[in-house]
This record gives sequence, structure tokens and C-alpha cells, in this order.
Amino acid sequence: MALSASTLKVGDTRTDMLVDNLTRTQIVQYAGVSGDYNPLHSDEVYTTQVAGYPSVFAHGMLTMGITGKLLTDWVGDGRLTKFGVRFSTQVWPGDTLTGTATIAAIREEGGQWFADLTVETVNQDGKSVVSGTATARLDA
Amino acid sequence: MTIERFPVEEGHIMLFARAIGDTNPVYSNPDCAAARELGGIIAPPTFVAGGSQFDDDVAVRPKIGQPWFGSGRTPSGFNREAAGLLHAEQHFEYHRPLLAGEVLTTVFREGERWEKTNRSGGTLKFEESVTEYRVKATNELVVTARMIKVMPPKKES
Repeated sequence: MALSASTLKVGDTRTDMLVDNLTRTQIVQYAGVSGDYNPLHSDEVYTTQVAGYPSVFAHGMLTMGITGKLLTDWVGDGRLTKFGVRFSTQVWPGDTLTGTATIAAIREEGGQWFADLTVETVNQDGKSVVSGTATARLDA
Repeated sequence: MTIERFPVEEGHIMLFARAIGDTNPVYSNPDCAAARELGGIIAPPTFVAGGSQFDDDVAVRPKIGQPWFGSGRTPSGFNREAAGLLHAEQHFEYHRPLLAGEVLTTVFREGERWEKTNRSGGTLKFEESVTEYRVKATNELVVTARMIKVMPPKKES
């Protein structure tokens, strides 16, 4: 299911709860698949005693990946042409993340319709963890 | 930094989708409607991050016979945090959907470097790099990834 330029409006928005009570195991899954085995994400001894953080924390790229699901669930599969984020706050085990995407512009370029979106994911305290922009191809 | 051969494997995509909590069948079932329309299982938007599995230069993967900075029963004694560049931004440009079964190679280049002063007067140093993910056989550009890392100000002791 892809979005269509004729039914979409600037300001249209979608909010999804993306992860509830993020588990350490999910962070380990992401470490395993992404190849980023930095102990900061799985090794509590290293992270608390050596690196001085309160606990292990999620890869920024895990949070970006989770946020990407919000976009693809909305704009459709294989529709994104751009997706970029800034990482603002660490995501900790136990965090609950909610993402919101908003249509910022709808435009035509060479006969193809595109939507520009803003996207932001916040934690349970409403604090932004990632924010950015995306562009998706639309049906006419 | 350069990945000679990054095979985009179905199993890798399935595990990646699980890790980001995405049950979309387009990432696991070649017979679902979306996969049929797109030509097969596709990779999620941030999947190329997993290319580091095929990068021999990655410092954050334990290597057989080499010391690892993480802990066993006790800390190893190494602290990589002292060198700590943080991931500040990540941007992807998708030239077309990436399909399972494709074999990619990467072209890496350093980008710009700049500095900013934060509110407490400390200097943040930013470093940009660009990685192009190209089809190995044809050189077709599929994904362009731009990463910005930041070195935070040195902590006052």
C-alpha cells in the first residue's frame, strides 16, 4: 500500500508506539545483526565500571531502524528516497519510544510525486531521541 | 572502511527486521504481495548498517586471537571511551530498493570537518563520511550513506 498525492495533505500526521519497555535482549539482537558489538550496548560491567554510564544503552542505529518502521508502515515498501536523523538523547533499556511523522510538503518532480516528511521519536518523558526528515515516492 | 563484498542475504535481512521489531513480510517472505511487486525480499531502510559484518576494519567486532576491550569476569583494562566519537547524524539516500540476493561493494570517502561551540563554551568537532553502496558486478549505486560523528568537548576534571 503506497500513499497517493491526491489524498494526502501537508500537515497529515501519523503517530505509532514503536517499542514498549525496550529490552536488553533487543539491543543484543541489534548488536548481533548489525555487527556493532561495542560493549557499551551489551556489556554492563564495561559500560558501568569502565565507561562510566548508568547502564548499557541502545545503538543510535537501532533507534533509527525502529523509527524507519514508522515511515515504511506509512509510506509503503520500497518508497523512501531519503531518510536522515540526528541523534539527540541516548535510549536506555526500559524506554518506551513513540514516533511521529508529518507531511511537510507534497511536490512533483519530473512527473513523479514525492512527499517530504519530518519525523521525530520521543521517549516516555517526551524527550526527543532522534529527529529528522524523509522523502517518499507517492502514487499520483 | 571499504567493504569489498557485502552479500545482501535473506537470512541477514530477516534477523535485521526482527532486531528492529518489524514484522513486515516484505523482509522475509518472497511470495507476499509487496515482495512480488518489488521483485523479491527487500532490505529495511537502515539495513546497510549491517554491512559492517563484512568490513575487516571494524573495531567494534571481536576478532579471534586479538584482545577485546569488553569485559570477561572483570573489565579487560582497556577503555575505548577516551577516544569516544559519538554518532551525531545518519542520512541515507535510496536510489532504488535494495533486494535480497544482491552483492554490494562500498566506496568510502571522508567528508567535511567542522567545529561548533556549545553553550558552556566547549568545542565540538564534527567529522563527516560518505559511503556509497554499489552493486559489485555493475557498479550501480543503490544507497548513499552519510554519517556525521562528533567528538564532544573534553570533560573538565
